[in-house]
Amino acid sequence: MITMKMNGVEVKAEEGWTILETAKFYGLEIPTLCHHEGLTPYGACRLCLVEIGEGPRAKLVSSCTYPAEEGLVVHTDTKRVVQARRMMIELMLSVAPYSKTIQDLASKFGVTRMRFKIRNEECILCGLCVRMCEEQMDGKAIGFQNRGYQRKISTPFDLRSEECRLCGGCIYICPACQLRCQGPQAESALCNACLTMDPTCLDYYDELQCWMYDAGRCGTCVREKK
Amino acid sequence: MSVHQLINLEKVQEIVERHGYNKNKLIAILQGIQAVYHYLPAEALKTLSKLLKIPLIDIISVATFYRAFSLTPKGQHVATVCMGTACHVRGAPKILEEFERQLNIRREETTEDGQWSLETVACLGCCAIGPVVVVDGDYHAHTSIRKVPTILNKYRK
Repeated sequence: MITMKMNGVEVKAEEGWTILETAKFYGLEIPTLCHHEGLTPYGACRLCLVEIGEGPRAKLVSSCTYPAEEGLVVHTDTKRVVQARRMMIELMLSVAPYSKTIQDLASKFGVTRMRFKIRNEECILCGLCVRMCEEQMDGKAIGFQNRGYQRKISTPFDLRSEECRLCGGCIYICPACQLRCQGPQAESALCNACLTMDPTCLDYYDELQCWMYDAGRCGTCVREKK
Repeated sequence: MSVHQLINLEKVQEIVERHGYNKNKLIAILQGIQAVYHYLPAEALKTLSKLLKIPLIDIISVATFYRAFSLTPKGQHVATVCMGTACHVRGAPKILEEFERQLNIRREETTEDGQWSLETVACLGCCAIGPVVVVDGDYHAHTSIRKVPTILNKYRK
């Protein structure tokens, strides 16, 4: 058993658990996008960032890949973490504004502006499809190619792969190449329609359920009640 | 085409054998293949994937990650212009433009007759002799726009 501190509470983790798994076990919510229980952790989306350590030496790590350590001090919802998450959502939104998953995340974490140029690439390079193909479907038909800003996911030579069995696993798991929410259709690239609706379709923790006993004010869950 | 493929297979087999069918030596093997064909032919990579038992996509990932590998045919001669900081401030962009004018191609392209390829590189590490142009492994130090035709003519015979 590993003992560590999470948001000021002493928690126990089993050998081999990651910070994310420990947090999940104790009911602490950490948002994820590129994490899937059936696939190996990848740490691409950086949504599951948490702060480890204390004071000036505190640093941000991705909780889905960071193993639980003895005596580790973790904070899942500090201002720094929330700001980093919002930035990641903003960046992903600019690449794939039609994704319902990312639009929902934007509303949930109060991302109400987008400062980046919309690129409509509909791929955030989270690697879910690549891992799905390799690990669950045993296909190895798609993978990453090139590097830097030219990085993309494709089949060899951009042709139909001989290994591909058209199982559709990659499309099933993709969080980016999907249709936008079929609810209220916003004109802008950033929808945020969930925020204007009452009751909101996103989850909201009241004073009793809030882990921080600080409902709405810390900025981790949706917003303050009207 | 079939004859061409046969030659491909033998050469690839030879290179893989030299490295003892070792998966870990993929980059060395790819370099060997590139040395023979001046690029990485699709057929050769498919054969390689079967020989080494690596999924084709993994080989492609490595081959497209490194600038040293090319999946499209390269020219007989490859001119590489250093665009590192030191060479840049000494006029490398103008030298590159002169190459583009002389060869009538853009950077990262190959002439239609397959004689020349023009490439850029971030830094070669020999900033003291910049601006540097490398043609087929020969380093040309302190190049200027006026020296470009001389360099090209040296290899044109």
